Amino acid sequence: MADIQLKDLVKSYGPTEVLHHIEGDIKDGEFIVIVGPSGCGKSTLLRMVAGLETVTSGEIAIGGRRVNELEPSARDIAMVFQNYALYPHMSVRQNMAYGLKIRKLPKDEINRRVEEAAEILEIKQYLDRKPRQLSGGQRQRVAMGRAIVRDPQVFLFDEPLSNLDAKLRVQMRLEIRKLQQRLGVTSIYVTHDQVEAMTLGDRLMVLNGGYVEQFGTPIELYDRPASMFVAGFIGSPAMNFLPTEISAGHATLPGGGLLPVASSYSGAATLGLRPEHLNEDENGPIAIEIDMLEQLGANTLIHGRLHGTGHSITASVPGHANDGIGSIRRFSAAAELTHLFDTGSGKRLDI
Amino acid sequence: MLKRVHFPTSALPYLLVAPQILITLVFFIWPASQAMYQSFLIEDAFGLGTEFVWFENFQILATDNHYLASFQRTAVFSLLVAALSMGFALILAGFAQRVVRGAMFYRTLLIWPYAVAPVLAGALWVFMFNPTLGIFPYFLEFAGITWNHYLSGNQAMALVILAAAWKQVAYNFLFYLAAMQSIPNSVIEAAAIDGAGPARRFWTIIFPLISPTTFFLLVINMVYAFFETFGIIHAVTQGGPGTSTTILVYKVFNDGFVGLDLGGSAAQSVVLMVLVIAMTVVQFRFVERKVAY
Amino acid sequence: MVEHRPLTAFLTHLVLILGVFAIALPVWITFVASTHDELRMNQAPLPLWPGEYFLANMKQTLFGSGLSGTEQAPVWLMLLNSLAMALMISTGKIAISLLSAFAIVYFKFPFRMGFFWMIFITLMLPVEVRILPTFEVVANLGMLNSYWGLSIPLIASATATFMFRQVFLTVPDELLESARIDGAGPLRFFFDILLPLSRTNIAALFVILFIFGWNQYLWPLLITTDTSMTTIVMSIKQMLEAAEQSPQWNIIMTTALLAMIPPVFVVIAMQKLFVQGLTETDK
Repeated sequence: MADIQLKDLVKSYGPTEVLHHIEGDIKDGEFIVIVGPSGCGKSTLLRMVAGLETVTSGEIAIGGRRVNELEPSARDIAMVFQNYALYPHMSVRQNMAYGLKIRKLPKDEINRRVEEAAEILEIKQYLDRKPRQLSGGQRQRVAMGRAIVRDPQVFLFDEPLSNLDAKLRVQMRLEIRKLQQRLGVTSIYVTHDQVEAMTLGDRLMVLNGGYVEQFGTPIELYDRPASMFVAGFIGSPAMNFLPTEISAGHATLPGGGLLPVASSYSGAATLGLRPEHLNEDENGPIAIEIDMLEQLGANTLIHGRLHGTGHSITASVPGHANDGIGSIRRFSAAAELTHLFDTGSGKRLDI
Repeated sequence: MLKRVHFPTSALPYLLVAPQILITLVFFIWPASQAMYQSFLIEDAFGLGTEFVWFENFQILATDNHYLASFQRTAVFSLLVAALSMGFALILAGFAQRVVRGAMFYRTLLIWPYAVAPVLAGALWVFMFNPTLGIFPYFLEFAGITWNHYLSGNQAMALVILAAAWKQVAYNFLFYLAAMQSIPNSVIEAAAIDGAGPARRFWTIIFPLISPTTFFLLVINMVYAFFETFGIIHAVTQGGPGTSTTILVYKVFNDGFVGLDLGGSAAQSVVLMVLVIAMTVVQFRFVERKVAY
Repeated sequence: MVEHRPLTAFLTHLVLILGVFAIALPVWITFVASTHDELRMNQAPLPLWPGEYFLANMKQTLFGSGLSGTEQAPVWLMLLNSLAMALMISTGKIAISLLSAFAIVYFKFPFRMGFFWMIFITLMLPVEVRILPTFEVVANLGMLNSYWGLSIPLIASATATFMFRQVFLTVPDELLESARIDGAGPLRFFFDILLPLSRTNIAALFVILFIFGWNQYLWPLLITTDTSMTTIVMSIKQMLEAAEQSPQWNIIMTTALLAMIPPVFVVIAMQKLFVQGLTETDK
């Protein structure tokens, strides 16, 4: 078990800097999810921790020990790859035992660990099969098993669920979470899927274009997104953004409605409203001209435009709805559930 | 070209490439450069001294009627070997491809001559065409043809062409069959529905679709006929009668080892090298297109 | 086949069977010649149907004096020489090509591309175009009349190196990363992961190279003068020359049969690997 420190971490390929001064403290036993769109550098960051990519500048420390110069095998980590990277010519048992064999562990110790991990992952009956004889979900388990038997200080996951179908993905997600809680091993998990990120992580590191946008618990990210990027990325359906003018605790919406906001800021800003925070209110300032209804059963998503303008906006209402296209519904929103962002930089305005 | 991830630099990769590089240097690059150097030398009549003469050996070659005739002969030989073996293989593959279940069975029966050494192929054919005993001369006699490839240059040429083509049919058949089998069945079926009969389908659909293979095989067969038929010539005719079957590779050997004309033989080697390089370039440029196909 | 007309089916098979006969004819005649005695083989027309001297001819060829009036090594020794040469060439080529392909694909080191091109050049230098100087090198190294001289100069191989390079490039990068996390060094990765993964490619290449090695002619002809180093393939030529004085066609053709049986057997027994090897190496 160990904590991990990322200090002023930079990665460049030639003259191109792809990761910019990453900072992060990961506590012992924590489950950290690095999330962001493809190309944001999240896999590179993970591979730097693993030792598969070199560090351009800055420092990575695991358990207080600087590991920049250490070989991957010397860092006491285990990694689960997106395509599992199982050795195709070895049986499940051999796959799991390979790393232990190289470390020259005694035979019965290796057997004990493999059996134990197979027990936990319920793959005992497959131990003598080759990877190609297994389904995607089973391979995924073997890849996890290979990580578990190492008994490492850190687990690293590189989009381990993205090759599975949707249903299996949900199931494996829960299992990974339970397993990690049971073993208590510090883990870093990379994904581009925000739902996966929200459900798995103790804390989330949102990466965008090589910068950390925000690093915090899922609830912090949801309640107080640090930027428009995080606000739009976390939560589904995505947050609505509207250009507004703020003065005296009120936002002037496009089309003229006045919405109270919990801010003393004045001037132009972007207003963020989550669809689920829009409440039906006959006298509300937000008038939505309906374009389309998405009936989800428990609730209904109303897609439309702010009446009299071209700004699209989505609201989520409980239960069913059968409004005609083109009809208008009015909403209001609680002042403390509104978000304000600087239109230029996209940063949260907290005044 | 290179893996995204690789092992850290150390002395190890040098040790790993060392055997291959050493052998390449000692037995390939050094001798080849020697051949090139010698092609610029002429030895005097008594073998006492050599003189550096730049391109004189090549000039001699360019005006040597024997050499030019050998060049022409090699071209004819190669083209006929390629045409004969590819044509025969194409017909067989065209029919074999129509047999759904037996195709692999016929393949087994047709590909094994690939494994017969060229010199053995020569021996087999020279035996069949032995003027006094052979089966074929015996039957040809009835047709009024007197066969003696020890006397007739044309008959000798025909014999080496037959032997060389026979051995290569296997290879061509294999590639033609594979190419034809990779054509989607639906294309053939569509043509059948359009009313094209088997022969018409073959010439208007299958043959054009496998034209990259035809081109590829043409290059391979030319290389084969140029360089790998030495054994056949050596066993069947030894270049004769006269020089009527002396192709370029045989001439290099003959002038160098028998005639001991080092400079001239070296110059011929260099010409051959240029030919190989040209053919390799054609082949490699073509490979890219083959992948696209 | 799209149509199901019995006549076309019959024609198809007829053409194919005729083709098979045409291809097999020279070998059939060779076989027939190996089953008759010397007397019968000197009467025209020669037989087209096997006789009963096959075993006697085999015995005389393999262990007897062989062809009378020539100073030849016994045929069994030639077979052994051929086998040794074929095995040394094929395993040698595979071994050094595996190593250099591994270095070129998995390491980044100065002159990597230089080495790559040096290996590539060998493709353009078949033995036929550099016979004389290569002969001199081998002679200067004292390798004439030895197995080393027969095999080593032929084992540098661009095609094999390219093939293994291609194979290694298709091995997913994650396997290497995974192995590194498991603590495997380069050599361990090579032996534990890469070699087992390339097994069928190695086997396919071996089939091709065995045939290539067995069928070598010009090279052994040049560098072996000692009859005890003769290979079976080169002996045929000497026998043909001798046949002009004493035409013992039964023995000559039995020898020819013995010379072609091993490689032909390899092709037929390992047809799948053979086809894979041919198509892979000719890229």
